[in-house]
Amino acid sequence: METLTGTTVVGGIAIGRIRYFAPFAYEASDAPAADPEEEVLRFEKSRYAVQDGLHDLYEKALNEAGEEEAEIFQAHEMMLDDEDLIASCISCIKEDGHLAEYAVVQAFDEAAAMFAAMEDPYFAARSADVIDLKNRMLEHLSGREQEEWTEPAILAAEDLAPSETVRLDKSLLLGIVTKGGSSSSHTAILARSLGIPTIIQCKDLSSECDGKEAILDGDGGCLHLEPDAETAKKLRDKKEAADRDLARLQELKGLDNITTDGHTVRIYANIGSPEDLESVLANDAGGIGLFRSEFLYLNGSAEPSEEEQSAAYRKVLEAMAPKQVIIRTCDIGADKTVDYMDLTPEDNPAMGLRAIRLCLTRRDFFKRQLRALLRASAYGNLGIMFPMIISVREVRECRALLEECGQELKAEGIQTGTYETGIMIETPAAALLADELAETVDFFSIGTNDLTQYTCALDRQNAALAPFLDPHHPALLKLIDMTVQAAHRHGIWAGICGELAADLSLTETFLRMGVDELSVSPVRILPLRDKVRNLNLT
Amino acid sequence: MQEFTYTLKDPVGIHARPAGILARKVKDFESTVTIIKGEQSASAGALMKVMALGAKQGDEITIRVEGPDEDVCAKVVEGFFRENM
Repeated sequence: METLTGTTVVGGIAIGRIRYFAPFAYEASDAPAADPEEEVLRFEKSRYAVQDGLHDLYEKALNEAGEEEAEIFQAHEMMLDDEDLIASCISCIKEDGHLAEYAVVQAFDEAAAMFAAMEDPYFAARSADVIDLKNRMLEHLSGREQEEWTEPAILAAEDLAPSETVRLDKSLLLGIVTKGGSSSSHTAILARSLGIPTIIQCKDLSSECDGKEAILDGDGGCLHLEPDAETAKKLRDKKEAADRDLARLQELKGLDNITTDGHTVRIYANIGSPEDLESVLANDAGGIGLFRSEFLYLNGSAEPSEEEQSAAYRKVLEAMAPKQVIIRTCDIGADKTVDYMDLTPEDNPAMGLRAIRLCLTRRDFFKRQLRALLRASAYGNLGIMFPMIISVREVRECRALLEECGQELKAEGIQTGTYETGIMIETPAAALLADELAETVDFFSIGTNDLTQYTCALDRQNAALAPFLDPHHPALLKLIDMTVQAAHRHGIWAGICGELAADLSLTETFLRMGVDELSVSPVRILPLRDKVRNLNLT
Repeated sequence: MQEFTYTLKDPVGIHARPAGILARKVKDFESTVTIIKGEQSASAGALMKVMALGAKQGDEITIRVEGPDEDVCAKVVEGFFRENM
């Protein structure tokens, strides 16, 4: 047995044979064309054939996934009509006497480089589309046939291009494992929408695994090749139990989060990008308790514009309306950095210029996000939440900036809506000042991950500290209780959005404290609802 | 020669799909259609070059139409911009 590790995108267990999807590598020969006229004909034939294929993919995607997913294929089809691109291919064949393949590589690579050099993230990303088109052209020119899948399998690949993900027969996909990819890549988006076990960044994955029996353990973030009998039995049992549980939990959809003696709690979802919406809706979330806005900042090579941000927020607000969506303002700095922000490296980043501190230092940057949030507020039930707060002054400054942005938008005649304002309670300072802070906001959301780290002065990423880590440390529970009681004294609500919110061994404790909302990752919603419905607080 | 200016309203700018539809539209005419942004320009039929102008929301672009059917072509192109970009 060989075990490879990666990063989980979707949990769960898949058992089956591996199908390795080989990346298309083509070595374009610069040998002269025997008959340039014939080469031009080959080029045009392939171009039309690829366009036909794209048209079919467009219709397939339209039926299976909808207009938004399908549009890309229509755009690809149109890109192959580009007069410049066609002219440079034909001139490379006719004037320079090259083969059609060579001309395609030259012209498409040049177009891809042109896009890659663009600053705007939307246009820079089009570079991958041109490469995808180039590969489709080369595939057709070289007559390379795609092998058909006939039986269910676990898909393994370097990474998947958009056209590849659509061509796959989804009903035969047991799971996905890729060597590259990021949580916002096409692979991850596809995996989430299908809800099948998926791990990415599996560094040691190679084509050698093709055809091998395997177990993909999405929960454990690993792939077992040719598993031994013991591992196979253990995971097979786990899968069976999970399948049974899943079926039972599905029946809880649409039911209230209510204890047997009538106490209720709101169960919301934590998300990292608009792509998680499908899972949020599928798991019957009561709202979104934490929408991390960092995905907008960390994925591109330049800061997202006010319009881009506003469009992303609006999408989530509209999809969830009238349910509440709480968006946390930019929490970068510390371990989450991007080149264009030009952040100075720090000796102690966890305690450094991060989150609200960075935003209040770079006010123009912060105001672009606040304006985007206010613009989006017209389209749903928005909550704006500030991270890493340690003082009343910081909250006042945030509110003043929000007010300023609101005035600006009003003067510009741009419509805004109503919204709630809240803060993360993730520093001991904020928990100790909860009474004062409660007078400045509409809600608290307790971030237990950072609150644990700052309360116990203990780095959670450091494996050597594991023996000292007590996720249920009494000091932490005391701070949570203080925060909730302070909130209620001042008539505001308090929730928990850290990992602890999904810890079923603490659900009863939290409900007894009077926690109003628990925000957890979408897949944890139904198990938590199940727990709540079986509790009795009397 | 016909020429008009247009200020982009689409948040992404001239993205792939409208650029592609525009390229198809101008094929129906004999006139050449050039999109000009600052010192850069691109033929409307070369949609990737048009996208690579990087024109964004709020940018003013100039559209130049030259040829035997330029009057009607300019009208069609202007209408297309107003409706789609």
